Amino acid sequence: MDQAYHLRTPLNSNDIEFLRSGDRVTISGTLYTARDTAHRRLMELIEAGMDLPIPIEGQVIYYVGPSPAPPGRVIGAAGPTTSYRMDPFAPRLLELGLKGMIGKGKRSKEVLEAMVKYKGVYMAATGGAGALMARTIKEARVVAYEDLGPEAIRELKVEMFPAVVVNDTLGNDLYVEGQKQYRIDSA
Amino acid sequence: MREISTQKIIQEVRDSAIRANYELGEDMVEAFTGSIEIEESAVGKEIIKQLMENAQIAREERVPICQDTGIAVVFVELGQQVSVVGGDFNQAIEEGIRQGYEEGFLRKSVCHPFTRNNTGDNTPIIVHMDMVPGDRLKIWVVPKGGGSENMSRLFMLTPSAGWPGVKEKIVQTVAEAGPNPCPPTIVGVGIGGNFEKSAILAKKSLLRPLGTPNPDPELDKMEQELLTEINKTGIGPQGLGGRITSLAVHLLMVECHIASLPLAINIQCHASRHQEVVL
Repeated sequence: MDQAYHLRTPLNSNDIEFLRSGDRVTISGTLYTARDTAHRRLMELIEAGMDLPIPIEGQVIYYVGPSPAPPGRVIGAAGPTTSYRMDPFAPRLLELGLKGMIGKGKRSKEVLEAMVKYKGVYMAATGGAGALMARTIKEARVVAYEDLGPEAIRELKVEMFPAVVVNDTLGNDLYVEGQKQYRIDSA
Repeated sequence: MREISTQKIIQEVRDSAIRANYELGEDMVEAFTGSIEIEESAVGKEIIKQLMENAQIAREERVPICQDTGIAVVFVELGQQVSVVGGDFNQAIEEGIRQGYEEGFLRKSVCHPFTRNNTGDNTPIIVHMDMVPGDRLKIWVVPKGGGSENMSRLFMLTPSAGWPGVKEKIVQTVAEAGPNPCPPTIVGVGIGGNFEKSAILAKKSLLRPLGTPNPDPELDKMEQELLTEINKTGIGPQGLGGRITSLAVHLLMVECHIASLPLAINIQCHASRHQEVVL
């Protein structure tokens, strides 16, 4: 836990290049949700050269499949899902200008390299704290792929959404550094 | 014979599914409280605090602890003097889950393996049934999330691997999983039996309340040894580094074939949800 910063989306490279792995951030603005199948569909559109249902440049994608909103609530529980399943798609999205990804768990070498090359950051939200995180979500609406249910793409308006920078634009990795700091080698 | 109606079973399973997802067990909350004292990492302490606050919000505001309300696993112990009346027993359990996931605003997370089309009602479910002496019906509803299930492993070791080989595989599985299964985790281990038996034992071991010792002193010692080794990895809460990677290791062991040493490791995230009803 080094510095604490507040980010407002959309982001440009200048907004994120000073971030370092281990920094704590709060995010306000728009986040787009997408999981496995939504990513696959986006990729099919990109390959076909067609328009996407959401903007990518300067945006932040949150890997989440929320539980249904009970009456009177904006959303149900909404914590992060494990990110590695989106690794095959992330480099192409970073190339198209995606600036941030929020999820939990390790990313592939290819994603780490793409973050350095195209200037993007990966942030971890606390997995399994879905009720807590839902409090920072003020609006939610489905913008694409409603048929996917929890996996539909949603536009979320968030205020002070908490996360930790895991991978920065220099290639640092908090999962590696953090563990190294606390590992006890057996004799 | 003692009669229990399918109507009653549907109601109880429905209520258990909802309660399991809204109310984290006291044993977990106590384990969090204890682990904050041991955790040295500031980020790690902060995460455990978030998890405690999250559990409180979920309980008070009636929202799921985690958005991944899981695939529904149901363990059943059916007393042989119980007669289930009023319909199909398996369908009653499934109907209870269906109603609970709909009425409790729980996420439907079950889909076709290839088309990925969601079945829409969180069925089919997974039921493990045992017939036991007595006139009681015991049901555990155990929603299991995908993140920690994906990091679970099964090994068919050779007998010569022995306890050192088993220990190595368990620690290696937790280390490779790293942040993915939402640490701090509980590591369920099944040793022996055969291929499927070891997996069922690993899952069943997770039903034991946290903080209670293994009734077998030998296994208890093995659990402590494993926990110490696992927490030396430094993975820590959410994998961001720290002392508390796992809160407990639970072992169940049975005899196996002379040629085999089956080992199953079922990782459970910190949202360890299970509700037990006795009818």
